[in-house]
Amino acid sequence: MQRLECLRAIYGMLDDCLVVTIMGAVACELQSLGHCENFFYLQHAMGLASSTGLGLALSLPDQKVVVFDGDGSVLMNLGGLTTLARYRPRNLVHVIFDNESLLSVGGFPTATSTGSNLEEIARGAGIARTATVRSLEEFTAEFESAMRADELSSMVAKVEAVGPSGYVTDLALLENRFQFQRHIAKRRLK
Amino acid sequence: MPVSQTNSRVVYAALKSCGIRMVSALPETWLVHLIRMAEDDPEMTLVRLAKEEEGVGVSAGAHFAGVKSAMLMQNHGFLASINGIVSFAQLYRIPLLMIVSYRGHFGERDPWQTQGGSATEPLLRALRIPYAFLEDPQTVEKRIAEAQTWAYASLHPAALLLTRQLMWEEAR
Repeated sequence: MQRLECLRAIYGMLDDCLVVTIMGAVACELQSLGHCENFFYLQHAMGLASSTGLGLALSLPDQKVVVFDGDGSVLMNLGGLTTLARYRPRNLVHVIFDNESLLSVGGFPTATSTGSNLEEIARGAGIARTATVRSLEEFTAEFESAMRADELSSMVAKVEAVGPSGYVTDLALLENRFQFQRHIAKRRLK
Repeated sequence: MPVSQTNSRVVYAALKSCGIRMVSALPETWLVHLIRMAEDDPEMTLVRLAKEEEGVGVSAGAHFAGVKSAMLMQNHGFLASINGIVSFAQLYRIPLLMIVSYRGHFGERDPWQTQGGSATEPLLRALRIPYAFLEDPQTVEKRIAEAQTWAYASLHPAALLLTRQLMWEEAR
């Protein structure tokens, strides 16, 4: 299973959400499918995409928030899973693309390649609704079901360690950030 | 406990009058009253963290959502948050308001705090994060309000250092 095909399969379900991604391949691939004003790409600060999702979800309890995370980023902020579990925002869907490597810096293996299991860690942190998926069909079904659920969910999608050839896109970081904030302000007025 | 409840209340009232409705925090001795006040206040969302750096993401998310927030942490928590401050709050121009207990400075009896005490201001200066001291209860509200005003005008982090003089009531 490839991350890009996962993103393509559920891209149409993201219109009404606020989406936060990590840096690198995830940000680049989502943009390659078509950037939208409700997407924010955290192009550094590894580990903090889920914390950003938490801040958004707690501030806007009626707004669905989706975080596209990765194994390398989650491993840098395992404590953040306990914070997510503590507040259990019902409007947060946390997707962890686990390619068992730090792909963008040359594919060095992460600890998930040597047996660390992020779903079990998330569950152990106290997140009740978790899953691990390995096929596109499973991914799509689990994402749909997590989006319908009125419950914090954390799903691990095991994907191949392949990505785009480069990671810099035409979208400036600050342009994305201000557009995202303005988009939320517009939504709140509706 | 000789942490000043009266002055903690002054600080908390100042945060409220600035419109702050979310605080992220990790407990430390000088912050206990402030954290309890946030916990008991139905208007405030308190986010208890495992590590302070998470608070940068939480505050950024809140800011995008139009909610004013502050991070409550010890200066060692500031040290632990530096990557997040630089590669999120500064990179993405987030008006992060940091209320930092300034442990380890003159008067500190806990040996383990002392190195953090002498590193705090040099690091704030190195990061070009403006800071002011909260020492006198009479000026607390004004200083917090001014720091927040500057943070929003510049879209940059700002820090307020909670001093021993304000927070600690010790028999001399």
